[in-house]
Amino acid sequence: MVDHGAALLLLADGRFPAGGYAHSGGLEPTIAAGRVHDLATLEAFLQGRALTAGAVAAGFAAAACGTLSDEDGKRFIALDAELDARMPSPAQRTTSRQLGRQLLRAVGAIRPDPRLEHVGARPHQPIGLGAAVAVFGLGRRDAAWVALHESVAGPAAAAVRLLSLDPFSTHAALARLGPLLDELAGSAVAASHGELDDLPAGGAPLLDIAAEDHAVRHTRLFAS
Amino acid sequence: MTVDEISVGSPAASADGGRPVPQQVSGMRAQARVATELRTSPGGRQRSCVSTLRSQAPLALRLTRAKAREPWAAHAADIARVSLAAGAGGPVGGDQLILRVEVGPGSSLVLSEISPTLLLPGPRGERSATHVRIQVAAGATLIWLPEPIIAARGCDHVHNVVVDLDEGARLFMREELLLGRHGEETGRVTQRVSVRHGGRPLYRQDIGIGTAGADTPAVIGHHRAVGSALIVDPSWLSDPPSARALPGDAALLPLSGPAALITASAGDNLELRAQLHAGLTALGPPWDPGR
Repeated sequence: MVDHGAALLLLADGRFPAGGYAHSGGLEPTIAAGRVHDLATLEAFLQGRALTAGAVAAGFAAAACGTLSDEDGKRFIALDAELDARMPSPAQRTTSRQLGRQLLRAVGAIRPDPRLEHVGARPHQPIGLGAAVAVFGLGRRDAAWVALHESVAGPAAAAVRLLSLDPFSTHAALARLGPLLDELAGSAVAASHGELDDLPAGGAPLLDIAAEDHAVRHTRLFAS
Repeated sequence: MTVDEISVGSPAASADGGRPVPQQVSGMRAQARVATELRTSPGGRQRSCVSTLRSQAPLALRLTRAKAREPWAAHAADIARVSLAAGAGGPVGGDQLILRVEVGPGSSLVLSEISPTLLLPGPRGERSATHVRIQVAAGATLIWLPEPIIAARGCDHVHNVVVDLDEGARLFMREELLLGRHGEETGRVTQRVSVRHGGRPLYRQDIGIGTAGADTPAVIGHHRAVGSALIVDPSWLSDPPSARALPGDAALLPLSGPAALITASAGDNLELRAQLHAGLTALGPPWDPGR
């Protein structure tokens, strides 16, 4: 098997020009609501996010990765509908499609591939991510890893700015989440081979509620 | 997963089979079923009638009368009303309960419940499960008003709800989970909900309490009650409601499809009910329950 480690690092890098840096993954409104205020509450937030939104994103990224390799356009439509059904918040659906479009544009310029046509113009971010991972010759587990890494690394970086937390302690919290992310990546890959209805569907009511609070707030630093 | 695929102790016993389900040593197994259809009287009047009503202890289904105001019923054909009573308390660990609901074309059913469900641990720490399988046909309406599910300390329960709606079906479905009795540490519940509309996924969500990550600020935090109301209304295909934050930790969320979710997390069941009520008020007629 060819080793594609460099490509994996490129895609997982926060400097990849796909616009993710403008988002806090619901952390900013959660801080505004007083639920996250220090390192301990941040770490709990990241753990909860990984187990819900992160696991869902990982399952769909892994499934989309396999789908692009199979060049199955109909399955992309089915995946899109399944992920829509897992995102009750319209603000989150909009954000996810914006990020997916930006990611696809970046990947189309960086690594053009005719198979990206199957994905559609405004995919949800995890579906665009899974397709991008496949274009770079990587597999389902890589797609799940990148999705899970993004689900916590983005909010952690935002926390350093929003709460003036020490970057060393924040990254220590991320490091402690490593074994959980690895375990969730394994479950995501397993689920991506099964029925669509059984893809991860962990809900996070407080994230859904925070997303709607944030969408109408004028004094925000991050887009979500 | 459909109810037909759920093993209930004997491979031959399907939810459709109607045969008695053998009692197993570990826990109770029971199936109940209700079906409605629209009948026209010789005078031309249309009525929703209960065509099947099958109970099996501890699940008891009974015909009942209107208890409260039913604003959603203003334009429905005469409504059928059934209530569920879970006789023996529980379910306790090891129990497997199956409820099957079929609302036939054009008919309307209000399915309520007599009392809250208290989930208790089994003698040997087994998991309990409730499976609810719902089908609502075109032009039909199901108003499903279960009482809260209370997760007593040590319980381990799976609550699995699968709903298939034909296009043109209407649905109101309430779900309320309470994290333990007053002052009690919560047990573990995984609530799995899958709703399809015209064969397409409309709402798919797993909510856990007492599970890994549930008590974090991203999921339900330190709230003691979490719940939702899902409303599917074909008229929203052309005129969907708009999203809005509600007082407390609650929001009204239009789904991708003719449906809206009111989601709420609260300190107790009273506050939770008030939040769901506020969400329905925000939806306006015919879902606004009034004062």
